[in-house]
Amino acid sequence: MKLCDMTIHELAMLLKAGEATSMEITKSVLDRIDEVEELIGAYVTVTRDEALEQANAADERIAIARKRGDFSGISPLTGIPLALKDNVCTKGTRTTCSSRMLADFVPPYDATVVGRLRDLGAVIVGKTNMDEFAMGSSTENSAFHVTRNPWDLERVPGGSSGGSAAAVAAGEAIGALGTDTGGSIRQPASFCGLVGMKPTYGRVSRYGVVAFSSSLDQVGPMTKDVRDCAIMLAAISGRDMRDATSSPEPVPDYSSLLEGSVEGLTVGVPAEFLHSGLDSGIRELMDGAIRMLQEAGLEVAEVSLPHFEHAIAVYYLISSAEASSNLARIDGVRYGYRAPDASGVQELIRRSRSEAFGPEVKRRIMLGTHALSSKHYEEHYVKALKARTLLIEDMNQAFNKCDCMICPTCPTVAFKIGEKPDDPVAVYLMDIYTTIVNLTGVPAVSVPCGALGGLPVGAQLIGKAFDEGTLLRIAYSLEKACAISDRRAPVAAADGRRGK
Amino acid sequence: MMQDYEVVVGIEVHVELATESKVFCGCRTAFGAEPNTQTCPVCLGMPGALPVLNRRALEYAIRTALALNCSIADRTKFDRKNYFYPDLPKGYQISQYDLPIGSNGYIYVDVEGEAKRIRIKRVHLEEETAKLMHAGDDIISATHSLLDFNRAGIPLVEIVSEADMRSADEARAYLSKLRSILLAMGVSDCKMEEGSMRCEANISVMPRGSKEFGTLVELKNIASFRAVHRAIQYEAARQIEVVSSGGAVARETRHWDDARGETAFMRGKEEAHDYRYFPDPDLGPIVIEKPWVDRIGDEMPELPDAKGERYMREWDLPKYDASQIADSRDLSEFFEKTCAIVGDGREVAKWILGEVLASLNATGIELSESKLTPELLAELIELVQTGKISGKIAKSVFEEVFNEGKRPGDIVRNRGLLQISDVGELVSIVEKVIDANPGPVADYHAGKTRALGFLVGQVMKETRGRANPQETNRILKEELDRRA
Ligand SMILES: [Zn+2]
Repeated sequence: MKLCDMTIHELAMLLKAGEATSMEITKSVLDRIDEVEELIGAYVTVTRDEALEQANAADERIAIARKRGDFSGISPLTGIPLALKDNVCTKGTRTTCSSRMLADFVPPYDATVVGRLRDLGAVIVGKTNMDEFAMGSSTENSAFHVTRNPWDLERVPGGSSGGSAAAVAAGEAIGALGTDTGGSIRQPASFCGLVGMKPTYGRVSRYGVVAFSSSLDQVGPMTKDVRDCAIMLAAISGRDMRDATSSPEPVPDYSSLLEGSVEGLTVGVPAEFLHSGLDSGIRELMDGAIRMLQEAGLEVAEVSLPHFEHAIAVYYLISSAEASSNLARIDGVRYGYRAPDASGVQELIRRSRSEAFGPEVKRRIMLGTHALSSKHYEEHYVKALKARTLLIEDMNQAFNKCDCMICPTCPTVAFKIGEKPDDPVAVYLMDIYTTIVNLTGVPAVSVPCGALGGLPVGAQLIGKAFDEGTLLRIAYSLEKACAISDRRAPVAAADGRRGK
Repeated sequence: MMQDYEVVVGIEVHVELATESKVFCGCRTAFGAEPNTQTCPVCLGMPGALPVLNRRALEYAIRTALALNCSIADRTKFDRKNYFYPDLPKGYQISQYDLPIGSNGYIYVDVEGEAKRIRIKRVHLEEETAKLMHAGDDIISATHSLLDFNRAGIPLVEIVSEADMRSADEARAYLSKLRSILLAMGVSDCKMEEGSMRCEANISVMPRGSKEFGTLVELKNIASFRAVHRAIQYEAARQIEVVSSGGAVARETRHWDDARGETAFMRGKEEAHDYRYFPDPDLGPIVIEKPWVDRIGDEMPELPDAKGERYMREWDLPKYDASQIADSRDLSEFFEKTCAIVGDGREVAKWILGEVLASLNATGIELSESKLTPELLAELIELVQTGKISGKIAKSVFEEVFNEGKRPGDIVRNRGLLQISDVGELVSIVEKVIDANPGPVADYHAGKTRALGFLVGQVMKETRGRANPQETNRILKEELDRRA
C-alpha cells in the first residue's frame, strides 16, 4: 500500500512516530497525480510547488514538536495533503467554479475553512473539478473537462463535488472538501466509495465559499473512512464571525465519540424512501445495512416523511431563486470574464454573462429569476418556503421516534459518461434522497455499504441537527459491520500493483 | 390657474449614517479617502464573501426611527433588491422590503406659524452603492467610467413620508426639520453637497378640494434644499399646465436638471424594474429586543421640539425664537453654553437671533468657524448687564469680537467706551448741555416733552454714547424741573 492510498489517521500516526514525512506523503500524492490525473481529470489546478513548501513547513513543525516532546500543537491534519473543491476561495490560487466566467479569477482572500486547514498545517494539493457553480450531479457540467470515476473510467464520479471524490478515491489526495447544496458531497461519495458528509446548516462557515444557494450550502469532508471524516469535520466546524449563519454550538472532538456504544439508539427507516420503484440491488444492500445496524445493537423503527415527494420541486425553486441572485455579482465589471468590445455597460454585463455562463447555469438563473418575479413570487417562491416548513415539521416528527434515519444516498450507481437522461427532470430525480436533508438543515453522511457490479453504493444516514457526534458513531459502526476489506478504487489498486 | 389646484408632495430621503464602519463589513467610512482604499471582499462583492450586520448601524437606524416617532419592529429582516448596475457590486442591494425597522411615525413642521403634522410611512436600513464617475463631460461622451467602492456598504437609512405636503415651501420645511432632527440625534452629518443626504420627491396635482390624488411623478437628482423647492415648483406648474389644458399627467420618473431649472423625462412606468425582492438568506431574521430599544430611547439626545419647549419653559422665550435656536444643533449648543455663564436666556437669545445670525449670514460661515465663543458673548452681555457699557456700544463692539475673537472688556477699555454712570460727572455734562441749548429747554418748559429726547441726544453726543441712558434721563429731568 502506497502512502497516498492510506487514510488521514493512519498517516497522522506515521508522521507522529517519525515513520513518514509530510514531504514523502505529499510526493506520493503528486506522483499519483502524475500517473493517473490524465485518466481521471480530478483537478482544475494542481498547486505542486505550494504543496511541497507546505509539506516542508509541516515537517519542520512536527520536528519541533518532537524535539520538545509536545505534540499538542500538532493536528491529525498537519502535513496531510488535501484537495479543495474549486468553489472554495484560496488566496493567490485561482478559484474557477469550473466556469469560463471565473477561469482567471484569483481571490484576494482565503475562505474561513481554508484558513482553518492552513492553520493546522494541512497541505493543499490543488483545486478540484466540479459541475459549473456546483450545478449538476455528474461533474459533466464543468466548462473545462470531464472527470472520470476511478472505479470505472467510463463512468461519472457524480457531482457536483466529483473532482474531490475522484481525487480521494484515486489517491490523488488523502482527503478533500466538497460542498453540498442538494447532495453534491454525498452522491459523489456514494459513486466513488467514499465517506461524505453534509454537516448541519450553520456547523461550518460558508465565508469564502462561492455561494450557490445560501440557505442550503454547506462545506463538508470527503474521506476514505468515517474516522477521517470526523477529523476533518472537527477541523472546519465552529462559529465564524464572518458568517452570520454559522452557529455558536460548541464543536466536540468527533473522533473521540466514534467508539462509543450504539446500543439503545434507534435507526428510523422512512417508509417513503424505500418505494417500489427502487432498484432491487440497492434495496438489498439497504436491507443488509439495516440488519447490520440492528446486529450492532440499534433498534429499527419505521418513520414517515409524508411531504417528501415535494422536496425536489421545493429544492429547485429555492436553490435556483437564491442562485439567480447569488450569481448576479459575477457581471464582468470587477473580475471574471469580460466580453470584449462591449459598447456600453448594459451590453457589457449582458454579453459577459451570456458568453461565459454554461447552459445549466443559465437554466437555473432563468428558473430562479422567474420564481422571484413579482408575478410568480407567491405561486412559486412563497409556496416553496411554506412547503419547506412542512418538510422541517416532518423531519422533527420523525426524529421524535429515532436518532438517525437510513436510506440510499442515490437511487443508482454511477452512470456512464454522456449517458445521463436527456430530460433534465430525470437527472433532477437523482437527488431525491439528498435534497430533503439540505432543505431541513440536518446533517447526513454517505457511507459505503457494498457494491453492485463492481461499483460502490452508499447508504445515507441522516442525523439530528448539531448531533454529528451520534451520526458519526452510527456511521462508524455501520462501516465496521460492512467490513469492506480493500477500499481502493481499481485505478489506485492497479498503481499499487505496478508499484510493487 | 395655480390657485385652482393643490400640489401633493411626498418625500423620500436617504441619509448616510455616521458609523465608524460599514453596515455589513468592517471597512472604514471616512469621507474623502483615496478611492478604493476602504474596501474588502465583502463590500467589493467578491465571490464567497458574506455580510454581517453592524449592530451600531442598526442602533442608529432605531434611534432615527424613534426620533421620528415611529413604532419599532420587534422582528425584522433584510431583503435583496436585485438589479444590475456597475455601482452595485453584488448585483443586489441589501435593503428592507416589507418589515422596515420603523413605521407609522410623524414629525411636526412649522407651516406659516402653525405646527403641521407630517406622517412618516417608514424608516429602513440599507447599504450605499459605490460611487460612479464618468470620465468626460457627460454620460454620453464618456469613454469610460470609474468606480470608487469606498462608499459601497456605508449604512443608509431611507425615510419615506406620506404624501402630506401641499407646497414646495412645506417640502422644504419638512426637509429642514428632518435634517435638524437627524443632526441632533448625531446619526448623520446630513451634508447634501457631499451626498450624505439625498432626496427624491413624489409630486402630483389635483383640483383644489378634491379628495383624489392626481397621477404621481417621481423626481430624482435633487441635490440641495434650494433644488427641492425649485424642482417641486417647476414640476407642479408643469403638471398644472398639462392638466388644465385637458391633458393627462403620465406616471413616470423625471430628472431634475438644476442648471436648466427643469425636469426631464427619465423613464416610464413600463420601464420600472422588477426588483425580485426576497429575504436575504445570508443575514436571517433579526430580533430587536425591547429593552435595547428602550435603552436607545433613554440615551437619545434631546429632540429639537423638546429642546424648544424647554427653552420656552426655562427662559420664557417666545415659541418662534425657541424653535429657531432649538432646530439648529450649532445654535442650541452655543445658546446653552452662553446661558450657563450669564444666566439670562432671553438676552442670549436676542443676541444669537440678532447680531450672531446677521454676522453669520453676512460672512457666509458656520458658527463653529467664527471666532465667537460662548465665553466672549457672555462677557459682552455681562458688560451690558452690569452697566459698564450700553446696549448700543455693545452692538458696535460685537463685530470686532465676532471677526477677531478679541475680548469685549479689552476692546471697550482700549477704546474708552466704558459707560459713564457716575452721577457727579453726568450732572456736570447735563448742566453744560442745558446751558448750551436755551431754545429746547424753553420748549420743554412750555410742555413740549419731545424736547427731552433732543437733550438726551445732546448728552450722548457729548459723551460719544457712553452716558448711562437711564441715569441721563433721570438727571436731565431733575435738572430741568429744578430750573423751571
Ligand atoms: Zn468592506
